[in-house]
Amino acid sequence: MHELSVCQALIEQVEAVAREQNATQVLLIRLGIGPLSGVEPQLLEQAFYIARAGSIAADAELQMTSLPIRVNCTSCGAVSEAQPARLVCAACGDWQTTLVSGDELQLTQVELTRKPDPAASPQPEQHAASSGVN
Amino acid sequence: MCDTCGCNVTPGNAHLVQPGGKLSRTEDGREAVSVLRNLLHANDHTAQHNREHFERHGVLAVNLMSSPGAGKTSLLEATIDALRDELAIAVIEGDLETENDASRIRRHGVEAIQITTGSACHLDAHMVHDALHQLNLDGLDIVFIENVGNLVCPASFDLGQHRNVVLLSVPEGDDKPAKYPVMFRAADLVLLSKCDLLPLLDDFNPEAARRHLQNLANPAPVFELSAKSSAGMDHWLEWLRREIATARQATSEPHNLRSSAASTPPAP
Repeated sequence: MHELSVCQALIEQVEAVAREQNATQVLLIRLGIGPLSGVEPQLLEQAFYIARAGSIAADAELQMTSLPIRVNCTSCGAVSEAQPARLVCAACGDWQTTLVSGDELQLTQVELTRKPDPAASPQPEQHAASSGVN
Repeated sequence: MCDTCGCNVTPGNAHLVQPGGKLSRTEDGREAVSVLRNLLHANDHTAQHNREHFERHGVLAVNLMSSPGAGKTSLLEATIDALRDELAIAVIEGDLETENDASRIRRHGVEAIQITTGSACHLDAHMVHDALHQLNLDGLDIVFIENVGNLVCPASFDLGQHRNVVLLSVPEGDDKPAKYPVMFRAADLVLLSKCDLLPLLDDFNPEAARRHLQNLANPAPVFELSAKSSAGMDHWLEWLRREIATARQATSEPHNLRSSAASTPPAP
């Protein structure tokens, strides 16, 4: 169960993005995860509810997109979809392939609200967001 | 992948990149910020730092992974004894609790740093970084990092090693590569350990283990060995020597490969 470690790293990254963007609140976090990343989305989601507590993303929603496994055959050049334990070429059956995608573990997007003019007010106080999300 | 030049945009995730720039405004004043950064970016950064630290000292770092009880520590004990007059070795040991493995290694006259992870099921780059603060790399040839016994979690964390060696012991069954593809895909070398048990456990087929590894598109060599009987140890030791030579060719650093005849102390 290394998903909690991964989630703590995620929250640190989200907090960094929020600081850069002068965010008042993080509302949505989008991830792209490939099956060969070694991270289980369901476990990651459970860990997320623990890791987000007390952070700027305390009320944020987590959306995960599962990315397909694709391999490029070094024999016939075909690019085909594959399964985690069977990364052989679907076209010619050769095992000598390279992974094109499927091992991603990425923060892709953060949705946030922020102050209209960060330079005008130095204190990062919560401003009344127009959407009352969460 | 580096997270800066766009090489982390793969055909699998390209559709997640927002068209029309980094920022886009959604409904209700929410703003969407595209990031596309590896979640383990901080770990990977520290891992790279560790790797550079090893390389500055001409040290090959080998990450040993397997399930608990596959024989990682026994292999290290046998390796240290076999290379005693040839190579200078140190070991970083990862376990949830106890100093048992570090104590075993120290009995063979080699420095061992024990990392106890508490409840963490893997080592990460930060733990190895802390351990490196306690370890003087001057004059060393190899540092073995014995990861926490686990075929799942350690595979996701770069530690700053140069090579991953995964042990699969005969009692575990030959289909482990198919069951734990992320781990075995990461292997640069697979050792079928406890092969002295093959005559007893004849349902373990080394060729089947090789086939499962090939199905992961992994061309890593597979050696059968037994630390107990010493069978097959020569292949493993030769692989280590070759990897040290390759690593030293890759870095232009003056190296300190020791032979039994020469033991010049390295420059400070």
